[in-house]
Amino acid sequence: MIILFELALTFYMISMILGFVEVTKSSRYTSVGMTGAAIIGFFLHSLNLIDRFILSGHMPAISVHEAISLFTWSIVLIFLLIKYRYKIGLLGSFIMPWVFGFMLISSAFPREIQPLAPVLNSFWLIIHTMLAFLSYASFGLSCGLGIMFLIQYHFVKSKKLSGLFKRLPSLNILDDVNYRLIKTGFFLLTLAIISGSLWSETAWGSYWLWQPKQVWSLITWLIYAMIIHLRRKVGLRGRRGSILAILGYIVTLFTFFGVDLLLKGQHAFL
Amino acid sequence: MSIITIGLNHKTADIELREKLAFDKDRIVPGLKGLLELDTIAEALIVSTCNRVELYLSGSDEIESVNSACRFLAEFHNIDFEKLDNALYKHTGMEGVKHIFRVAGSLDSMVLGEPQILGQIKDAYDLALSTGSTGLILNKLMKKAISVAKRIRTETSISENAVSISYTAVELAKKIFEQLSDKNFMLLGAGEMAELAAKHLARTGVKDIMVANRTYERAVALASEFNGTPLRFEEFKNSLINTDIVICSTGASNFVLTKADMEIIVKKRKHKPMFLIDISVPRNLDPEIGDLDGVYLYDIDNLQDVVDSNMSQRLIEASKAEQIVTEEIEIFNKWMSSLYAVPTIIALRNAADQIKTDELAKLFNRLNGIGEKEKKAIEGMASGIVNKLIHNPTAALKADDEDRDMLINVVNKLYKL
Repeated sequence: MIILFELALTFYMISMILGFVEVTKSSRYTSVGMTGAAIIGFFLHSLNLIDRFILSGHMPAISVHEAISLFTWSIVLIFLLIKYRYKIGLLGSFIMPWVFGFMLISSAFPREIQPLAPVLNSFWLIIHTMLAFLSYASFGLSCGLGIMFLIQYHFVKSKKLSGLFKRLPSLNILDDVNYRLIKTGFFLLTLAIISGSLWSETAWGSYWLWQPKQVWSLITWLIYAMIIHLRRKVGLRGRRGSILAILGYIVTLFTFFGVDLLLKGQHAFL
Repeated sequence: MSIITIGLNHKTADIELREKLAFDKDRIVPGLKGLLELDTIAEALIVSTCNRVELYLSGSDEIESVNSACRFLAEFHNIDFEKLDNALYKHTGMEGVKHIFRVAGSLDSMVLGEPQILGQIKDAYDLALSTGSTGLILNKLMKKAISVAKRIRTETSISENAVSISYTAVELAKKIFEQLSDKNFMLLGAGEMAELAAKHLARTGVKDIMVANRTYERAVALASEFNGTPLRFEEFKNSLINTDIVICSTGASNFVLTKADMEIIVKKRKHKPMFLIDISVPRNLDPEIGDLDGVYLYDIDNLQDVVDSNMSQRLIEASKAEQIVTEEIEIFNKWMSSLYAVPTIIALRNAADQIKTDELAKLFNRLNGIGEKEKKAIEGMASGIVNKLIHNPTAALKADDEDRDMLINVVNKLYKL
C-alpha cells in the first residue's frame, strides 16, 4: 500500500506548514492543527511500516527507503511523546521540517522490498534497529531543542523581548528536556550497541568486527558520554550544552547516513 | 428610548473629585433607586471604581434625563453642581453605547488593556440586576458590552504584554526559569521600586527569600515583611551561590558585584542560570556580568524599554479593538431601532386576532350544531388568512429600512391602531 506512505508524507507536510504559520502568528487552531496533522501522518506512516513488515516478513529497515522511513517514524514518535509529556510551544515548528525532509529523501529511494539473508532475520533485527533508531530520534529531538534554546537565549541576552520570544518556551524547560533526551538517547544507544554485538555473534560468530558503522557508533556513544559527564561534573548546560547537543546530532547523522554512503560499510541495509 | 452615559474618569477629574463622587458599596442601591425616581429615567446602572464613576441610563427625553441625572449626582454627593458639571462627560444614543463598549473593553482605562475593569463592570451589572433597576435595553446593552470585551480580549492581544516594571521582571523570570516555586530570591538593598518588584515576585511564589542590607536592622525589618531571611551585607556574595533571582537597589555609588566576583559564583553554582535585576541608579552591578554564560542581567533602562515596546504593542492592538467596537455598535444599533416598530407590530397582531375571534364567534352562532372537527377546520382557515394577511406588513416593519418611521405611521393609520 504505497499510498499510505504518500498520505503520511502529505500530512507531515501539512503539519510542517502549520508549524511555519505558528512561528509567525500562533493561535489555538494552528497549534491543534499542527499536532493533529502530525498524529494522522504518524498513524498512516505506522500502517505503511506494518504493511511492509507483513509483506516482507522482516523488520522494514533493510532497504535505504525503509531505513530512512523508520528513522523518521522514530523521530515523530519521540516528538509526540515529548509533546504529550511537556508543554513546549513551537516544538513542532522546529521538528516537522526535518521530518518532512527525511520523508522526502526516503521517498526518493526505490520502494521494492529487498530480500534479507535468513541468517539476519532474527528477533535481534527488531530489537537492535528499534533501539538504535529511538536513540537517534532522542538525539534528534535534543538537537531541535538545542536550536530553540539558542534562539531564545539570543532574545533574552539581547533584550529583545517581543514576537518570537513570547511564543518560544522558557530557557529552563528547553535545557531540562534536552538533557533528559540526551540521557534517554544515550541509554538506548548503549543497549543498541550491546544488542548489535550479540546479534553479530549469532550471525557472524564475532561480537565486534570493527566495521565502520560499529566504530562510528562507538564514537557517537563516547561523545554523548562526554556530554553527560561534562554536564554532571562541570555543569556544562544552557548555551554550551545546546551547542554540544547540535554537534552530537551531526555526528549521529553521519553515523546513520554518512558511514554507509561514504565509507562503504557492510552494515545491514547496504 | 435612548441610552445615556454620564460620568467622569481619571482624564476629566482629579482624585479629589473622583473620591467625592465615588459610590460606596452600600450607597449604590439607594443611588439606583434615586435615579429611577426621576421622571424620564426608566433604567439605571452605576459603575464606581477608583478611576471612574459612571451612570448608564435609559430614558425617554435625552436632554431632560441628562440634566436631572447630573443634578441628582450633585445632590446625592453634596457637590457643587457647577464644579461637577464641568468634569462630567455626557454621551447619548450611539455615542453612549460606544463609550460603554470602550470602557468594558478597557480602551478607556488609565493602563490600556488592564483586565480588572471588565470584572468591575460585571459586578456593577449584577448589583443593578439584583436591585431590578435594569430592563430590556440596559440588559441587552450590558450583555453586549461584556461580550464585546471578551471578543476584544480573545481577538486582540491588548492585555498580553506586561506594561509595568515589576510585571515585566516576573514575566521575564518565568521565561528563564519556567517555574519560580523552586527558585531562591534575594533582595539586595531597598527602595520603593525594588520592594514593589520583590513583592510581586513573592506573590508569584518563590522558594526562599533573602534580604541583604547595609543596615542589618533594615534587612531584618524587610525580611519579616517578606517572610524571608535577613542577611548581613558582607554575606551576600556567599549566599548568591544558592540564589537564582536577584533584585538589586543598594544606593551605593559603585559596583557592589564585579564580573570577577560573579565568575567565581557561577562556577560554584555549576553554571545554573541566574537572573539579576539592577534597579539602582547609578548601577550597582557591573554590566559586564551580563556577558557571562547563563547570567541574565537587566537594568532599569532595559526593563523600561521592554515596557515601552509592550505599551506601543498595546496601542496597535487597541486600534484593532476600536474596529471591533465599531462593528458591534452597528449590530446593537440595528437591535435598538427594531424596538421602535415593536409596539405597532403587537398592535397590528392584536387587532387582527380580535377580528378573527369576533367573526368566528358570529359564524359559529349561525351554524348551530356543527361538529368539533368542522369547527377546528374553520378556525384553522381563519388563522391562515389572518396570518398571511399580516405577514408582509410585519416583515416590512421589522426590516431596517430608511422609510420605517413612515411605514409605522401608515400602518397605524390604516388599521386605526
